[in-house]
Amino acid sequence: MALIGREHWSRKLFLICNYLFLTGLSLSMLLPFLNVIAQSFSGAVAIDRGDVLFWPVDFTLNYYQYVFDDASIWRAFGITVYITVVGTLINLAATSSLAYPLSRTEYVGRKYVLLFVLLTMIFTAPLIPQFILMRELDLVNTLWALMIPTAISAFNLIVLRSFFVQIPPELIDSARIDGCGELRILWSLVLPLSKPALATIGIFYSVTNWNKYMDALYYLNDRKLYPLQVKLRELLINDDLVDTGNLPFDVSSQSVQGVQMAVILVATVPIIMLYPFLQRYFIKGMLIGSIKS
Amino acid sequence: MPAATRMRVCTPPLNNKEGRLLLGFMWKYRTLYLISIPGILFFLVFKYLPLLGSVIAFQNYNLFAGFKGSPWVGLEHFERMFRHHDFLRILKNTLLLGTYDILFAFTAPIVLALLLNEVRLALYKKIVQTIIYAPHFLSWVIVSGIFVGMLSPSSGIVNVILGWFGVEPIYFLGEDSFIRTILVGSGLWRDVGWGTIIYLAALTGINPELYEASQIDGAGRWKQTLSITIPALLPVITVLFLLKIGDFMDYGFERVFVFQNPLNIQNSEILDTYIYKAGLKQLQYSYATAIGLFKSVVGLFLLAIANTLSRKATGESLY
Repeated sequence: MALIGREHWSRKLFLICNYLFLTGLSLSMLLPFLNVIAQSFSGAVAIDRGDVLFWPVDFTLNYYQYVFDDASIWRAFGITVYITVVGTLINLAATSSLAYPLSRTEYVGRKYVLLFVLLTMIFTAPLIPQFILMRELDLVNTLWALMIPTAISAFNLIVLRSFFVQIPPELIDSARIDGCGELRILWSLVLPLSKPALATIGIFYSVTNWNKYMDALYYLNDRKLYPLQVKLRELLINDDLVDTGNLPFDVSSQSVQGVQMAVILVATVPIIMLYPFLQRYFIKGMLIGSIKS
Repeated sequence: MPAATRMRVCTPPLNNKEGRLLLGFMWKYRTLYLISIPGILFFLVFKYLPLLGSVIAFQNYNLFAGFKGSPWVGLEHFERMFRHHDFLRILKNTLLLGTYDILFAFTAPIVLALLLNEVRLALYKKIVQTIIYAPHFLSWVIVSGIFVGMLSPSSGIVNVILGWFGVEPIYFLGEDSFIRTILVGSGLWRDVGWGTIIYLAALTGINPELYEASQIDGAGRWKQTLSITIPALLPVITVLFLLKIGDFMDYGFERVFVFQNPLNIQNSEILDTYIYKAGLKQLQYSYATAIGLFKSVVGLFLLAIANTLSRKATGESLY
């Protein structure tokens, strides 16, 4: 690009438009969020009048007070934390256990098993047979229903396997000569070497677990087991579920929408806080996974 | 050893020296096979077994009688599906959304990636990328919460801004003419940034010398894009496109369900949401499975056609 000195005016125009467009696009992703945050701190009258844009009007903490006082919200939050932590551990363990053997050339038939796995990405069973299976396994209405059927994602398996393949066979062979069993090799040698890959798929799995909604809807009946997203959904569509009687008796602060926005924030804050640190992991992960697929 | 037995199917007959060597080889690494068993079982039980369970589409499945005890009714449920008064409408919604998905949701990330590629300021590019990747991490419940809030007739910013221009507040989610736009729009908002990751990566793989050479020949940026960039992206685009076609009928349960209400349901009911309602809510297990099978078969059919066309046209294909 250093060859040509002058740029045609149409190029300059394009660049300007491009920057404008990209900035506008970024704003379109940021501003709704700012709006949510602003509303969650704003007085009821201002919200209903539509006065709240990107900054709180009539600042109030009442909605957050309501959220903190509501035990069912905390229960749902706790459940989501549980299935994210435990679920992701299960995910990592299960995925590693299959990815490692499939990455070794000593594993005869690995092409077939890989095909076997890949096919599941194309053929998915309808909902009802899956539900019946869950019922047969007595998993319906338990939290396991949210963690076991999705224990291994074919995509993440491929990502992890691609990483394992890069571990030099010599390393593993020398460990074998030293008398290490395969399990020991996996645990003490391969996994520590694979921290970046594990982090990447760990992030993918964690986000999926945190956002679980559909599976909970399908398999859970007991309201006490509802994860955060389901609870959030309930609050969002049933305006009267928000018991405004719990809010301090102050007309200026009784807004259902305010509470809803506050709950959205609470549900999203963990993701927001972790997001900046995660960026380089998931980009790399997406690349590996897609290329291999 | 179960693992060795299974592997035996794929290996040459044992009545020769090679076979015995192979088995000995596998025995040496038997732990490896053992470790892989849970994972393989997982896929077998949770992915393939339900596929077999689809057979209940041809029965009048009774939960208590099970597979063996339920009567066979052949294609009765399929006939019922086709005759359902809403079938065409639901199918139309599904197909329309699938088409919009390909028209907009597939092409937008490509365009966006190309635009981002033209940005010279590294810091600006990084900031924009960080922002546009973020919405992908939000659940559909949250996305719908945000959009419902924005589109609210009383307090949503869209109507507030419209109000500045003297336009009366519109109850967007209450009219079925808007719902598909909202569905596609919210999908774009959430995923267009994320979709650029692959394309941006592919773009970095293009040899810069190609651009320099074309510049010497006097090619402008637009020409360069047409003759270098896009052909270089074609393999990636083709594979992703084929995968997308495979998902044509699977627009997504959650992303539609969270936006549905009785007012917009005419245009927003798709096969997946209907299957949920008929199957799990109304307990019509066999009927809902029949619909699910229909959906899968159509999807596979489309995939096969697209794959063949693609192989003939560009030489690229999934299989």
